[in-house]
Amino acid sequence: MRLELVDLINTGLFAASIRMATPIAYAALGGMFSERVGVMNIGLEGIMLTSAFSGVAASYYTGSAWLGVVAAVLVGGLLGLLHAILTVKYSGDQVVSGTGINILAAGFTAYMSQVIWGTRGSSDAVNSIPDLTIPVLKQIPVLGAVFGTHSPLVYLMPIITAASYYVLFKTPLGLRIRAVGEHPTAAETAGVDVYRIKYMCVIFSGMLAGLGGAFLSLSHLNVFNKGMTGGRGFIALAAMIFGKWMPFSVFGASLLFGFADALQMRLQSLGILPPQIILAIPYVLTVSILAGVVGKAKPPSDYKPYERE
Amino acid sequence: MGERLTGAVRRVFGGDGLQGLMIQVVAILIAFIVGAAVLAITGYSPLDAYVSMASGAFGSSYGVGQTLTQATPIVFTSIAFLIGLKAGLFNIGIEGQFLMGAMGATLAGIYLDGLPWVIHVPMTIMVGMIAGAFWALIPAVLKSRLGAHEVITTMMLSYVATHFTSYLVNYPFKAPGWVAQSVKISGSAELPRILPPTQLSAAIFVAVMITAASTYFLQKTIIGYELRATGLNPSAAENAGISIDRSILVSMALSGAVAGLGGACEIMGIHRRFIQGFSPGYGWDGLAVALVGGLNPVGSFFASVLFGALRNGGMIMTRATGVPLDIVNILQALVIMFVAAPKLIRALLRREQ
Repeated sequence: MRLELVDLINTGLFAASIRMATPIAYAALGGMFSERVGVMNIGLEGIMLTSAFSGVAASYYTGSAWLGVVAAVLVGGLLGLLHAILTVKYSGDQVVSGTGINILAAGFTAYMSQVIWGTRGSSDAVNSIPDLTIPVLKQIPVLGAVFGTHSPLVYLMPIITAASYYVLFKTPLGLRIRAVGEHPTAAETAGVDVYRIKYMCVIFSGMLAGLGGAFLSLSHLNVFNKGMTGGRGFIALAAMIFGKWMPFSVFGASLLFGFADALQMRLQSLGILPPQIILAIPYVLTVSILAGVVGKAKPPSDYKPYERE
Repeated sequence: MGERLTGAVRRVFGGDGLQGLMIQVVAILIAFIVGAAVLAITGYSPLDAYVSMASGAFGSSYGVGQTLTQATPIVFTSIAFLIGLKAGLFNIGIEGQFLMGAMGATLAGIYLDGLPWVIHVPMTIMVGMIAGAFWALIPAVLKSRLGAHEVITTMMLSYVATHFTSYLVNYPFKAPGWVAQSVKISGSAELPRILPPTQLSAAIFVAVMITAASTYFLQKTIIGYELRATGLNPSAAENAGISIDRSILVSMALSGAVAGLGGACEIMGIHRRFIQGFSPGYGWDGLAVALVGGLNPVGSFFASVLFGALRNGGMIMTRATGVPLDIVNILQALVIMFVAAPKLIRALLRREQ
């Protein structure tokens, strides 16, 4: 079989890049909100996984994929709350708490899969969210193929990115968020409830990661698979750093990682390299980008627990 | 990033002796209570599950042997994790270094054939340690030279190691047959079984030695002192003339070497070949165990026995009661989270009084 470049790089690849960027971008934006108030959220991976599971479970029991998305977001928020309680209220170590969430997620989802579906590997197929086709856009050559038909959660992504930018930089709330991250003591003196803002942002971070998880299990696929997030929560952290904690840049960085994921899947289907080697590509790319491009990127906050006098 | 590391060790671990131990005991108790709630809600009897777990783990000499067998790799991974954390580094990619060590030892065990065992065993161990150290040095260099955060890089490289070792036993070093595994290592590279019919091997002695050696290293040597100083307060350490970069490289190399040693021992003592997916997550166990063991090697050794009992007893429990084995990971995660927030435990204890 002769391999043409067009088999590899075509509109399908770019459409897939946008699709695969979506879960990473949700989690990365979530990570950004959390880090903006000085809480590192290593648990994004576990939150996505638990939400992906919860979404499928809710869709399985109710028959409604959208209720599944709601469940995923709620569960994401709950895990965010857990992380906030441990790290903000009780000044627990952020990395340890996040790692605990990740291990809890792996154990809990595998355990519950067996309880509900009797298998450790994957769930039954459930109702998923149908794709949306944008009528006029779809007719345009090339652009139509890349942007014309996607999950509603894909189209929601840039809207949330823009809204995040607006809230962070154009509203009093955003000013408070940034103040809490950069100078909590001064913020408190100025009458900002530091704990409240921190709780809010970390919970919201979990909800966004939850949306990313819901996209994976209810839109990209229609099942829950064990460990299906495959490190995307960590890749999202890399995208967040690469995007320098700025909403649009974080979104852009996520597109790059989404491209790597899409390329990996495309190469997989062409079968030109051993699958294990191809699977490693996104991780190698993530390490390279962290090392090469963003080395000394400075976070917006110093990850110290804030304690009232 | 230096800022973030300030007092990382102090933050993770209050470092307050007996009270610290109290916190771990309470954390474990609470984890088991929450675990019981999970079991009850999902329709299993917590009592049956825990009783069958405990009797499976400690109820017979066979059970004890298997518990120690399961504990052995965790001794290595927990000490690997704590050596990193002593210098303020979160090496959460232990699993990858463990796998690379296992792979290095497998290849040395197969291809350095024809040596007497007094040479072959140490050489196989050495190759495993070097492979693990190499895999940990990549993120160490990336951090000290370029500032790339080790939590992300070690984790990513752990995924790479999983896929890479899986590639090796699916393609170039695949044994004939359907299973993704290598051929057996040569008999001269094996560690003997010491309590048949259990799988307990001489690797447990290596684990005891590494516990003693790492205690000595951390407490009595200058480099060990420098690592601890870096972990407690990097800027003070730097002012005292300690090179932070060197501490990062040394602690990660040692951490990876110990993880690699654990992988090597697991192959040489138990499996005698590299089987795809042979580790049920010993690297992650190591993280939990290091925290429960109070970030000291001797504590880790005993905490490893507890977690080995969880793994071994858990398998027996699954067979006897049908409870999914993953309850073990849930318990482990709960322990980690409660140990992460000593203040939470203190608050709970205060309410009790």
